[in-house]
Amino acid sequence: MRIEATGLTKTYTTGDGRLPVLTDVSLALAPGETLALTGESGSGKSTLLHLLATLDTPDAGSIHLDGTEITSLDDAGRAAVRRDRIGLVFQQFNLIPSLTVSGNLDFQARLAGRHDPAWSATLAKRLGLADLLDRYPEQLSGGQQQRVAVGRALAVRPSVVLADEPTGNLDESTAATVLGLILELVAETGASLLLVTHSEHLAGRLGRRVHLSGGRLS
Amino acid sequence: MRRAALAALLSHWRRQPLQLFTLLAGLALATALWSAVQAINGEARRSYDSAAATLGISGYASLTDPAGPIPIATYAALRRGGWTVTPVVEGRVLRGEIRLNVVGVEPLTAPDGLLPVGLGSETGAAPLDVLRPPGLGFVAPETADDLAGIADLPRLITDPAIPPGRMFTDVGTADALLGKAGTIDRLLILPDQPANRPPLETLAPGLTEVPPQDQGDIARLTDSFHLNLTAFGLLSFAVGLFIVHGAIGLAFEQRRPMFRTLRALGLPARTLLGLLLGEVMLLALLAGGIGIGLGYLIAGALLPDVAATLRGLYGAQVRGVLAFDPLWALAGLGIAQLGALIAAAHGLETVRRMPLLASAQPRAWATVSARALRRQALAGAALVAAGVAVALLADGLIAGFALLGGLLLGAALILPRLLAAALGLGARLARGPLAQWFWADTRQQLPGLSLALMSLMLALATNIGVSTMVSSFRLTFTGWLDQRLVSDLYVTARSEEDARALRAWLAPRSDAVLPIWKVDTPLQGAPGEVYGIVDHRVYRDLWPLLNATPDTWPAVYENRGALVNEQLARREDLSPGDTLSLGGGWEMPVAGVYSDYGNPIGQAVVGLPALLDRHPDVSKLRYGILTSDPTTLRRALVEDYGLPEANLIDHGRLKATSLQIFERTFTVTGALNVLTLSVAGFAILTALLTLSTMRLPQLAPIWALGLTRRRLARLEILRTLALAALTFVVALPVGLLLAWCLLAVVNVEAFGWRLPMFVFPLQWAALLGLSLVAAAIAAALPTRKLASTAPSQFLKVFADER
Repeated sequence: MRIEATGLTKTYTTGDGRLPVLTDVSLALAPGETLALTGESGSGKSTLLHLLATLDTPDAGSIHLDGTEITSLDDAGRAAVRRDRIGLVFQQFNLIPSLTVSGNLDFQARLAGRHDPAWSATLAKRLGLADLLDRYPEQLSGGQQQRVAVGRALAVRPSVVLADEPTGNLDESTAATVLGLILELVAETGASLLLVTHSEHLAGRLGRRVHLSGGRLS
Repeated sequence: MRRAALAALLSHWRRQPLQLFTLLAGLALATALWSAVQAINGEARRSYDSAAATLGISGYASLTDPAGPIPIATYAALRRGGWTVTPVVEGRVLRGEIRLNVVGVEPLTAPDGLLPVGLGSETGAAPLDVLRPPGLGFVAPETADDLAGIADLPRLITDPAIPPGRMFTDVGTADALLGKAGTIDRLLILPDQPANRPPLETLAPGLTEVPPQDQGDIARLTDSFHLNLTAFGLLSFAVGLFIVHGAIGLAFEQRRPMFRTLRALGLPARTLLGLLLGEVMLLALLAGGIGIGLGYLIAGALLPDVAATLRGLYGAQVRGVLAFDPLWALAGLGIAQLGALIAAAHGLETVRRMPLLASAQPRAWATVSARALRRQALAGAALVAAGVAVALLADGLIAGFALLGGLLLGAALILPRLLAAALGLGARLARGPLAQWFWADTRQQLPGLSLALMSLMLALATNIGVSTMVSSFRLTFTGWLDQRLVSDLYVTARSEEDARALRAWLAPRSDAVLPIWKVDTPLQGAPGEVYGIVDHRVYRDLWPLLNATPDTWPAVYENRGALVNEQLARREDLSPGDTLSLGGGWEMPVAGVYSDYGNPIGQAVVGLPALLDRHPDVSKLRYGILTSDPTTLRRALVEDYGLPEANLIDHGRLKATSLQIFERTFTVTGALNVLTLSVAGFAILTALLTLSTMRLPQLAPIWALGLTRRRLARLEILRTLALAALTFVVALPVGLLLAWCLLAVVNVEAFGWRLPMFVFPLQWAALLGLSLVAAAIAAALPTRKLASTAPSQFLKVFADER
């Protein structure tokens, strides 16, 4: 399995007491598989994605990435996993405003020491960014920014791409285009994809779908 | 409605205590430094006024003779002609180590209140004792303490209203003390003059009338010093305002959603603006009060050194104790209010123009476009050019300060553009992705940090400029003292008879006895002093000449030329060959110019025979002695000859005293320097703290892409250090230019002498180290916060919950 999460539990402490967000969630993702994670607001989708991405740690349960247990890693170890093996795409794009499109595209790959100019050029061309490489994020439309974010995630040739509502801020047509590009490129790289979405329509375009409700998978 | 709205507005500060502290501390520091300078200036002015007002001299017009002292006969002629004038004899005498300003008036003709009358049963002195030998001398209590045990003085009566270092006495007593030989320095013109008195030209054609306001010599002389202090105070105030501007700007930005909500709920824009204005005034009142307290403490700590400086440089007597003046406190509160208003003006204007439906999201605070940076740099260049133009077209101290102000402010405005260019270059040259991001991101932080960096640059440039000036001065002054203090031992005889005996006693026991004889006489019509010197190689070998010809020394010794000090040469535009008027119709060509640091008045040196020829009654009490064994000779003078210890001073002690005066002169400058640098360090801290609240969204993606929080924190420290170092690189040439301005323009205008400029690279290295430490300390707190930020906080960025 590319990713294997077992018995994940996560509880947040709020002013009103403890709030369970995930309860005993188990999930597996095979190499090259695409999985849609759906669920209503507050169902714990983003929390689950954050745990899988090592952005957060579970209260209980374990996560294996390519057979390696990653929840027990220290801060530096988790940072290395994110840098080298995971491609992240956020709803808010989260590009680095001080870098150009080209700088953003290459950033993670160069951090990981796996920068491949030919692959970057291919990505830029395929994502329709070839003419925008010298621009800054603030000079791009939402769809263009998300395409840069997708390119940045794929440039490192990750084992798994984790996308949190990547089309949530885009109109329907642009969303369809961006998702199409993600699926195409993920398929070409052999990476697995877990995509969090509200949209039943978009979820239907992925290989498999799981639904999260009240912190439990159904 | 207003109360509820105000409570809502003020609740912001409850949630942002650090921001509130920043705002109050910035304004309090700015007010404190400004108020301290004002308190020092005010105390000094009170002392000058007291000096002038005790005798009421400044209230009277007077008659003086540009050619020299006024003969008794002229005074008598004026009195006989119906002029109601009264004589004043004044001058300085050295008693032990005390330099005493003696002012003699004539009690019978002087108007009431001119002579202090602290006589009564407690003093045991009768009014007529003023006229009977040994006479009465009125002095301040501390002066009486200093003079205790010194012979050859009138009986001392203390009066706290008299400024320290000054003695008022009868003209006869003053004449004997000063060796004036029956001449008068000036005649005060009393208010009630007969209408039909003959004109002055008929009775005393050589005399000129000086209006009352022209007599505030000390106040005028010290103006430059106080202007210097005021400039420092203003600079510190400006640096402090940078902090306040940053804090208020951020508070306004963060409350944009609140402003919109308040407006949407029915609060009129005008009321909102009024409440915000009231809030600013309230905070300014609080900070102003703290600032005044701090300012009083700072002024109290600095005043003794300021008093010593004024005494050393100008002979002005200023009390070293600070009095509390309610007007000063009110002015301090006023300046705090004004400063807060200036700092808040932009924010208030933004609120005034903000549409009701404006975005509730805070904008990228202090975002400045490249075009704005260019415009700011152009404005800076224009300021520098304007400063240079004023300095070229106008003269005087104000022109000097215009050059300094233009240079400093202009350079500060240009700084962000220069830093942006340097950071852009760094990004282009960087190889790794992290390095590229580091430089690009640093450049993006520049607008938010630029005010703090500008204040750091101002503080650093001022520090470099002032340190270079002081160190150049110290180097020159120390060398000059070695040249100028040619004798190994200095003695003062107790009387003319004692002087003759002393000369005879010293002749076989020393290598040379050099008379130090001088008369107070007008030089080019202004107060001055003329010394006579004997022909001795020490003068030729050692005297520090600035402008000389091969004929300089022969001319002096052959009584056909006079040396003049630099102050007199600059003021009167004299150079070798020009004619110098030495009073009483005595004229001589200028033979050379010598440096004479620390002397407020004009001075000339002639051959001793020439002086004796013109002033045969010159006081012959002081001598410099050349000897190979000053210690033994000193002991012999005391034990064998019987000269009081107080009448002897050796080269080493005189040099140490001079250097001590010098060091104290610049203690205040040094202290203000450090305080300004501290305020700049605080400005960086506040700017970083301010930015740290906005850094999370910028840093979260980098963290998500695989950089640890610890590494991000290290990069944040490195960023601050890089900016501080780059700022130093810009501040260095600005500081050196500032030093040049101080040495070549301001000092010449303020003190009348010009100093050579030396550079001190080790001082720069130390200052660079200090500024890096200050920057690291300033960055430590926000960086620590970042390193310990919980991952959940970073996650909120991605969840769009912030």
